[in-house]
Amino acid sequence: MPENILEIKDLSVEVSGRRILEDVSLDIPEGEVHILFGPNGSGKSSLIMAVLGFPLYKVTSGEIWFKGKDITYLPTNERVGMGIGVAFQNPPAIRGVKLGGIVDCLAPDKGKIDDLVGKMKFPSEFLLRDVNLGFSGGEIKKSEILQVLAQGGDFVMLDEPDSGVDVENLQLVGKVIHEMLTDRSALIITHLGHILRYVNADRAHVLIGNTVACSGEPVKILGQILNEGYAWCMTCPKLGKPRQEQGISPLH
Amino acid sequence: MWLPCPLPRLPKDVLKRAFEVGVVPEEKSRAASYFQLDHSVVSKAVQGTFGDKVEIMSTKEALEKHDWLRDYWWKIVQVDSDKYTSAAETNWDQGYFIRILEDQKVTIPLQACLFVSTDNLNQNVHNVVICEPGAEAQLITGCTVHSNVHRGLHVGVSEFYVKERAKLTFTMIHGWAQDFDTRPRTAALIEDNAVFVSNYMCFKPVKSLQMYPVAYCRGRDSRVSFRSIIYGSGNSYIDTGAKVVLQGEGSRGEVVARAIATDNARIYARGFLQGEHEHSKAHLECRGLLLSDKAMIHAIPELMAKAQGSELSHEAAVGKIAEEQVYYLMARGFSEGEAEALIVRGFMDVSIFGLPKELETSVQKMIGITAERVL
Repeated sequence: MPENILEIKDLSVEVSGRRILEDVSLDIPEGEVHILFGPNGSGKSSLIMAVLGFPLYKVTSGEIWFKGKDITYLPTNERVGMGIGVAFQNPPAIRGVKLGGIVDCLAPDKGKIDDLVGKMKFPSEFLLRDVNLGFSGGEIKKSEILQVLAQGGDFVMLDEPDSGVDVENLQLVGKVIHEMLTDRSALIITHLGHILRYVNADRAHVLIGNTVACSGEPVKILGQILNEGYAWCMTCPKLGKPRQEQGISPLH
Repeated sequence: MWLPCPLPRLPKDVLKRAFEVGVVPEEKSRAASYFQLDHSVVSKAVQGTFGDKVEIMSTKEALEKHDWLRDYWWKIVQVDSDKYTSAAETNWDQGYFIRILEDQKVTIPLQACLFVSTDNLNQNVHNVVICEPGAEAQLITGCTVHSNVHRGLHVGVSEFYVKERAKLTFTMIHGWAQDFDTRPRTAALIEDNAVFVSNYMCFKPVKSLQMYPVAYCRGRDSRVSFRSIIYGSGNSYIDTGAKVVLQGEGSRGEVVARAIATDNARIYARGFLQGEHEHSKAHLECRGLLLSDKAMIHAIPELMAKAQGSELSHEAAVGKIAEEQVYYLMARGFSEGEAEALIVRGFMDVSIFGLPKELETSVQKMIGITAERVL
């Protein structure tokens, strides 16, 4: 049995005094790719922010372990330095900071970057643009993945790499992610599961009502969600009654 | 009193400071150069191949040579505007006259340096630049002081005439000292289908800097663009802005300002767009970044429409470094300090100026040093 690369133990997190994650536990063994499902607002992105250690996301109890080390209170850049990469869903635009400038800092190997840029079919002037400023949905996904690859971590978190992307770009992004995951562990957030066509996921978790309600076979869980909507998840006996009253709407 | 001397032979410490404001000694990288130390013109030269395209000399010499220059003297800057313009008349010492002849495209930049090398000196220059019909040029002006100079006053009157179809890009870099005062007084007259681009940068502390250049877009389809990046530090008091007067049919203007205030600096970032023609359009954009609670940025954008159909707009935003931007970069492995320096450096992105490559590189280097010092 391989060791866990990431272990989240009974994690509770608050943002500005509001609880957004409650007793979340989740283990990702080294080399495995896990999927995180959940309705809007269930805390999926927040879980990524908490693993990264963004100061706004305050851990009130529980622990986060990465590669056998407790990182619960480490600054973000130190965690990232241990080998975590992340592709954000809605990254902020930073005027004057060029995508190429960031990538150059992350990967001094110019050849590798040129290779990636070619593979992702970026026009070369794309690297000269201010990062995320006026990027289209597809451009954001590609720019985020380019940065993750330049970073070179061995555990990646991808927040909805398949949303807001047209069919062509989805194929391209899917292929690049597939390749990227041959030697990495991952946690991938997805809504509709499109990305599952391109990656071999080992396990899926459903985050609902701020906690992990169930875990299991990715394709099976996705099928169930697509057929029944998250409303079905709400009936899960693992969830206490109060959460059912939050009125989370089904997927379709 | 300084005697005439070729630029490369100037003292090393003078050249070093001049270089920091974009002025280089190598003759081949500039089409023409004017260098004034205190009240003395030490160098004025046109590079061989541009001899029949450009005239460069002191305004005193030019007024003797060209009778017609009187028609451009104190015509768009009023001599009685304030005590500084009147000082520039009563205690006038030199300044540069540059003329780009009709239809000449000057492919490499021209440069002028106004240098103060004596402590507590008052330098009052009056410059005139004429870009004749169809001419194109790029002028870099560096104004600075010797490292031994602490106090003093620089008054610079500048009148720019951009004739039909001409294009002039004027890039001014200031590098003063903490107890030095400076009062530029600038105006530009832009004729039919002509373009005037004014770039301004100031990264070093200054006791006080006050300027409000104005561009009159008098010609049909005339264009003006004012862009500035100001980094206020120490106890600097900086009051700058730009005014655009849209008089011609189809005239357009833009004012883009970036202000960074740290330490105890106070920056007023003004802008005034005045639409006098029904087919005219201008936009003003001001962004301020406040890096200290003892510093202040006051953005004052003003719009005045005097003709129906003149489209005037502005956007202004002042604030601190956005946390989400810092976190984003930290998630890429940058430390908090590195992330902030990157953001500040990005905020001072000089690519908005469209400078010649070598100047852009050296300005970027300067900004890199400034950004790292901040944090």
